[in-house]
Amino acid sequence: MSPEEELQSNVSVASSSPTSNCISRNTLGGLKEHNYLGLSDCSSVGSSTLSPLAEDDKATISLKATELTLGLPGSQSPARDTELNLLSPVKLDEKPFFPLLPSKDEICSSSQKNNASGNKRGFSDTMDQFAEAKSSVYTEKNWMFPEAAATQSVTKKDVPQNIPKGQSSTTNNSSSPPAPKAQIVGWPPVRSYRKNTLATTCKNSDEVDGRPGFGALFVKVSMDGAPYLRKVDLRSYTNYGELSSALEKMFTTFTLGQCGSNGAAGKDMLSETKLKDLLNGKDYVLTYEDKDGDWMLVGDVPWEMFIDVCKKLKIMKGCDAIGLAAAPRAMEKSKMRA
Amino acid sequence: MGLRLPSKVLEHILSFIDSNEDRNSVSLVCKSWFETERKTRKRVFVGNCYAVSPAAVAKRFPGMRSLTLKGKPHFADYNLVPDGWGGYAWPWIEAMAAKCPSLEEIRLKRMVVTDECLEKIAASFKDFKVLVLTSCEGFSTDGIAAIAATCRNLRVLELRECIVEDLGGDWLSYFPETSTSLVSLDFSCLDSEVKISDLERLVSRSPNLKSLKLNPAVTLDGLVSLLRRAPQLTELGTGSFAAQLKPEAFSKLSEAFSNCKQLQSLSGLWDVLPEYLPALYSVCPGLTSLNLSYATVRMPDLVELLRRCSKLQKLWVMDLIEDKGLEAVASYCKELRELRVFPSAPDLDEANIPLTEQGLVFVSKGCRKLESVLYFCVQFTNAALLTIARKRPNLKCFRLCVIEPFAPDYKTNEPLDKGFKAIAEGCKDLRRLSVSGLLSDKAFKYIGKHAKKVRMLSIAFAGDSDLMLHHLLSGCESLKKLEIRDCPFGDTALLEHAAKLETMRSLWMSSCFVSFGACKLLSQKMPRLNVEVIDEHPPETRPESSPVERIYIYRTVAGPRMDTPEFVWTIHKNPEIGVSHLAIK
Repeated sequence: MSPEEELQSNVSVASSSPTSNCISRNTLGGLKEHNYLGLSDCSSVGSSTLSPLAEDDKATISLKATELTLGLPGSQSPARDTELNLLSPVKLDEKPFFPLLPSKDEICSSSQKNNASGNKRGFSDTMDQFAEAKSSVYTEKNWMFPEAAATQSVTKKDVPQNIPKGQSSTTNNSSSPPAPKAQIVGWPPVRSYRKNTLATTCKNSDEVDGRPGFGALFVKVSMDGAPYLRKVDLRSYTNYGELSSALEKMFTTFTLGQCGSNGAAGKDMLSETKLKDLLNGKDYVLTYEDKDGDWMLVGDVPWEMFIDVCKKLKIMKGCDAIGLAAAPRAMEKSKMRA
Repeated sequence: MGLRLPSKVLEHILSFIDSNEDRNSVSLVCKSWFETERKTRKRVFVGNCYAVSPAAVAKRFPGMRSLTLKGKPHFADYNLVPDGWGGYAWPWIEAMAAKCPSLEEIRLKRMVVTDECLEKIAASFKDFKVLVLTSCEGFSTDGIAAIAATCRNLRVLELRECIVEDLGGDWLSYFPETSTSLVSLDFSCLDSEVKISDLERLVSRSPNLKSLKLNPAVTLDGLVSLLRRAPQLTELGTGSFAAQLKPEAFSKLSEAFSNCKQLQSLSGLWDVLPEYLPALYSVCPGLTSLNLSYATVRMPDLVELLRRCSKLQKLWVMDLIEDKGLEAVASYCKELRELRVFPSAPDLDEANIPLTEQGLVFVSKGCRKLESVLYFCVQFTNAALLTIARKRPNLKCFRLCVIEPFAPDYKTNEPLDKGFKAIAEGCKDLRRLSVSGLLSDKAFKYIGKHAKKVRMLSIAFAGDSDLMLHHLLSGCESLKKLEIRDCPFGDTALLEHAAKLETMRSLWMSSCFVSFGACKLLSQKMPRLNVEVIDEHPPETRPESSPVERIYIYRTVAGPRMDTPEFVWTIHKNPEIGVSHLAIK
């Protein structure tokens, strides 16, 4: 059992015991002896098993002198590193959890590069880092924990250079359509209701002035037994596997404890086969309603065709979906594609 | 010795006091005033459903007629709060059903409402009149049917931007033929088609109907027939305009609109083609509110419409209006009080819409009564902000969203510090402020110092250090709600100003550098704050110094909540650990 899994099992065992720890759930028995501040205890179970992460967590903050040092006198206050490199060297079985801001270092240094009036940041510098981090992590999904990052490609992507800089006007390389900007979750702050509505009305009516739709293709997803619907943007996935993962995450609260749900360690990746087993084999089946109003099993047609014809998705109980398509046939087709 | 007002007299006096803030003050005077006030309070407002327990509220205000509740943090609107976070209406409905049977009005925002809740409402409150659900989710059209069927005196049923499991349009037919009390119906967020004949009959037998907001499934023909039956409408949300334009259809539409002589508010217009707009011209002179924010109409058709709206007070529109259009608004719509300009393509890289800061400057100069602004724009300048502040010191709500994170003044390449300083200093009545663009700590020094009346502040991608938060929490006397994302401040300022947090309703921080250790400290230090960490993994699996992804801190007298999902960790107060070890500053 990997240290991380061991940790997890410690967690679950300890949860029932009313230990005097400060957290309302899943207390770690092993941490009883730490001082209440608990910091920089290299001996604590948590940090030793995840030490690679802890060591990477270094950053200098300009107010270090006034910073509250949480720890015993003499112990080093661990500085935090939020370099986005956190993403790239990470092994797939460790989950990076904060692929967030460009590190302060980078911000400070690039502002020193520019001249003194105000905090001029190299705009494309910061945006590049954003794009690298965020493009692989964030999409317009409801569940946005970075677990997804571990399962996707972690190499630094080529950032499209046509991100407008602070001063110049927006001159895009005109011939090819500009690559979509890296999407930051929840930014710009437009309500999903508005985004969904605009996307739908664009789909329904003709293109406005020849502009294509807003790039999103929202379809409703319902699940037998779930109290409410979701909407997913089919264009934010490139294959069935991604769609399956996303749906599984979304509806995981309603399914009955499959695959250890969110406790699963990162290396237990949500592989396509496993999900197919989950969704196709045992309890639930993913189906869709096509343009003709027929309900079909998802996975029967090539992805591109699928997003063209799919109007609605539904996660049905396996037994309810018997008439739709012979499951072995669907699986076979999917295997051929995989 | 002291004079004591007989409670009957006090009751009479209190009957003139509506404002809850005033009533809260009254209830602090002495015990008997507290008692009289609580028995006479009719409208109860709870801004954070976890700040107080439903039982406590029900017990305190047994004569409650109207309850307004808010659940999830505001940033839930932008997908920053995972599903399942909480905000359940059920405990409240249950408690009110037991203790306050004369409840007539329920208004919920960002809460999870189930069909069970709706059925309970229908069954428990005999004289139920008003249900308004804004940005709620968790229910289906079956729940709505229950309300429609059972609430004999239902006056208002509004579903505003809710996520509803749409099981079909049957719910409408559940309004009994005897129901004639309807004043307002809003089902614009539902997808399914309702039977138009049912709707026509409902409208025909509701002489008091003033507000009707249809969903996109209602066709133009349907709209015409409904308008004919309800020419007394003051608020209309249209259905779909997708039908092909035929001359007789157009003239019928025009005529129907021209008969609605009392129409003041118009919305919907989802897919309106420019050719249909002239049908609306007859109502324009009377319009005070116009929501074109889903209409993909462009210039100059927009101007043709807007220049006829001389009484317009509220305008919601997309950036398709361009600077030119806003210039026209500035000259024709002199009564404008509220302007919202939304991005038409928020996610694409095409920044080709000619909407710049100039548009807002035009409106600020031309519309003297402008007091509320929400403006999305790719880039901005300090000069524009200075002009806006100078021209419109009466601004009460200023929300600027510069879509490019960290975008400086694009003419001078400076941060927008000076501009927001001018806004904070100049607009002395500012209640709500959202900042964006490149901002250094200095901007927040100004805001902290001058924005004395700001109650809600939203910040994203700004600041350099802890100073930013320090300035805000040590200034901003009236601050009640603070929401911050992606800013590089950390523990110091937060812990230093812990006491301030108890004077506020809530603080949201995501993607900042606040450590788990600090969260623990804060929670231990402040017994009446719930410090909730939103994280997939138990926070103790990481070093205490590591930053926490999302934190939601709010004051409460109800203690930690019991309905947290797996990814929300409430940091408990540990009685064994005192605060003597703290070494702040």
